[in-house]
Amino acid sequence: MNPVMNSALNSGMAPVATPFFFYMLAGLAVIGGVLVITRRNAVHSALALIVTLLAVAGLYLMLYAPFVAGVQIIVYAGGIMVLFLFVIMLVNIERSSKERRFNRMWPVGLAAACALLALFVSAFAKGKALFPDRMMTLPESSNTQQIATMLYGEAGRMGQYTFAFEIASLLLLVAILGAVIMTKKKI
Amino acid sequence: MVPITTLHYLVVAAALFVLGVIGVLTRRNVVIVLMSIELILNAVNLNLVAFSRMWGNLHGQLFAIFIVVDAAAEAAVGLGILIAFFRNRETINVDEIDLLKW
Repeated sequence: MNPVMNSALNSGMAPVATPFFFYMLAGLAVIGGVLVITRRNAVHSALALIVTLLAVAGLYLMLYAPFVAGVQIIVYAGGIMVLFLFVIMLVNIERSSKERRFNRMWPVGLAAACALLALFVSAFAKGKALFPDRMMTLPESSNTQQIATMLYGEAGRMGQYTFAFEIASLLLLVAILGAVIMTKKKI
Repeated sequence: MVPITTLHYLVVAAALFVLGVIGVLTRRNVVIVLMSIELILNAVNLNLVAFSRMWGNLHGQLFAIFIVVDAAAEAAVGLGILIAFFRNRETINVDEIDLLKW
């Protein structure tokens, strides 16, 4: 698709109520995150995590990243969460749902996390000038094509990330072998 | 209403990151600890995609895709280890996994 058409397409679609959708999706994501770490039942946590993942996918769409949003839904909400649910069904949840939710050192962990939050807040407050207010408008309709060009290259040449892509495939192969060997009866 | 800037996305990502850290440090159930790690990786992904839009190029989105690959590999191996451990010790609590803690 040629760039002229892209810009026409982007200027034709004026964003509608962007702040409302942003706050709605951000609120959904944070509420889902809170539910993930507070629910007693692991299945409820998994369902809350799915809500968070879908809300983050919506935020990706607002950031002109439709391919990443699709990958998020297909791989995370479709693949990884099914894996989690399977494992939750395999290990018994009746016993663990009656036990304590938090470990004995939870005040220390909470304090460390609050210190991390204070670090983030101070970094954002002090470094506000580092993040310019401009938000580029990325071409949305050729997003997947551009990502493919960077991953696979074009016209017979290697792309910028082709080598990293091959290494990622090797990583997935090692992960498959590791998962299969870990679940064998006798290791 | 103020327009949505990069900083807004960074604040949401920081909130998700801190929630994930709280989950990792305080929960006992290993499955929920792994889910909290997924929350942390999602926060990082959100940061990367927001920066990708701020700079107007696609490198951040590429990094986000590679991090999704890493998350899939990590979840597969982590849950495999969890199943092997559950078969041996009949527990999935973090504070009972202390064989090497001396």
